[in-house]
Amino acid sequence: MNLLMIAISSSLISNVVLSRFLGICPFIGVSNKKKTATGMGLAVVFVIFLSNLLTFTINYFFLEETGLFNKDLRYLQTIVFILVIASLVQFVEMFLKKFIKSLYDALGVYLPLITTNCAVLGVALTVAQESYSLIEGVVYSLGTSIGFLISIVLLASIREKIEENDIPESFKGKPIVLVIAGLMSIAFFGFSGLNIG
Amino acid sequence: MKKEGFFYQIYNGIIKENPTLVLMLGMCPTLAVTTSLTNAIGMGISTSAVLIFSNIIISLLRNIIPDRVRIPSYIVIVASLVTIVDLLMQAYTPALYEQLGIYIPLIVVNCIIFGRAESFAAKNKIMPSLGDGVGMGIGFTIGLSIIAIVREFLGSGSFYGINIIPDEFHISIFVLAPGAFFVLSILTAIQNKLNLKGASNPSNLSKSASQILSCNGDCMNCVSHIDIKGGN
Repeated sequence: MNLLMIAISSSLISNVVLSRFLGICPFIGVSNKKKTATGMGLAVVFVIFLSNLLTFTINYFFLEETGLFNKDLRYLQTIVFILVIASLVQFVEMFLKKFIKSLYDALGVYLPLITTNCAVLGVALTVAQESYSLIEGVVYSLGTSIGFLISIVLLASIREKIEENDIPESFKGKPIVLVIAGLMSIAFFGFSGLNIG
Repeated sequence: MKKEGFFYQIYNGIIKENPTLVLMLGMCPTLAVTTSLTNAIGMGISTSAVLIFSNIIISLLRNIIPDRVRIPSYIVIVASLVTIVDLLMQAYTPALYEQLGIYIPLIVVNCIIFGRAESFAAKNKIMPSLGDGVGMGIGFTIGLSIIAIVREFLGSGSFYGINIIPDEFHISIFVLAPGAFFVLSILTAIQNKLNLKGASNPSNLSKSASQILSCNGDCMNCVSHIDIKGGN
């Protein structure tokens, strides 16, 4: 039940973009077409999942007091995590390019954009701070990233729908996107009424 | 005013290329921490500290760091500075640290810091870089404060913690998540209406700024973008 709670709360109740404001840049920048939004969302799911496994392992074996060094090295978390994420993204890009061409064609363009997506570092840090177990961490990272995927695809769909609409001159471009995001955020507020277990 | 140097860069950061209001960089903290003026100023000062020191260090090391490893080097420099700020805040301003929470370590991935490191500090001498850091830092703090003043006033009826409007008349949605989007959208709409420079009407921006904007606020993409065009 606890795992279900983590999954629902990370994906819907405290949605990563709409209520925690992580990953706003790609959310607004790469959401004008449904196709690119889906690609970006899937790339984020992929990277968050992998990076969380890696940062969890490093945190557990090296940085925690119970780790191999017997020292509390948690103050190094920020530096270690961002370096791990940056190198992982590079590595994944090279690996996909060489071995899984079809996946690279689908996600390749979005990968370099992900290093500075705060959602990735945010998930790694939250998992470490909340001292989640491995399973809880995996569920949390998948929940968060799927929450990102849901919201960016929804935003892109709405933007495609209103493309031809008559919007006041001053609201064209970014302002109307922010209004949509605000309305979506209100809608997602409804989920906070969910009370599980 | 001279087109380069310390004071021009300060003016540039606050007015001409204000990171929040004109370039629209670093949107995550802008939306997240502007629920009250105290938080906004705290976030602005901590980000400015990191920005100023990272600009100084990167400017000093600009001829030493080989071009191929410059991004990882910047990451290490910025992450170390953020860790220092994080520990200092934990020790001396525990209440603020509690409020800002995860957004303190997330200063590492703030677009403004990488963007300025790559597009300015890596190519300029120390004094202009210092000026750029100070100007951008103040510009960011002012941008956050403007949004925070509006949200705090409408949402919790107070200014800098001092209560002005009685409880019954608060529009509490403005301190919640949706309010952040609405305030920012109205702000950009006003900029459009008055035809001010801004991320949403890039036609009146200078060339370098519109290059930064054309990658939709994603700094890593921006970095390579500016690079490809011959590092202006």
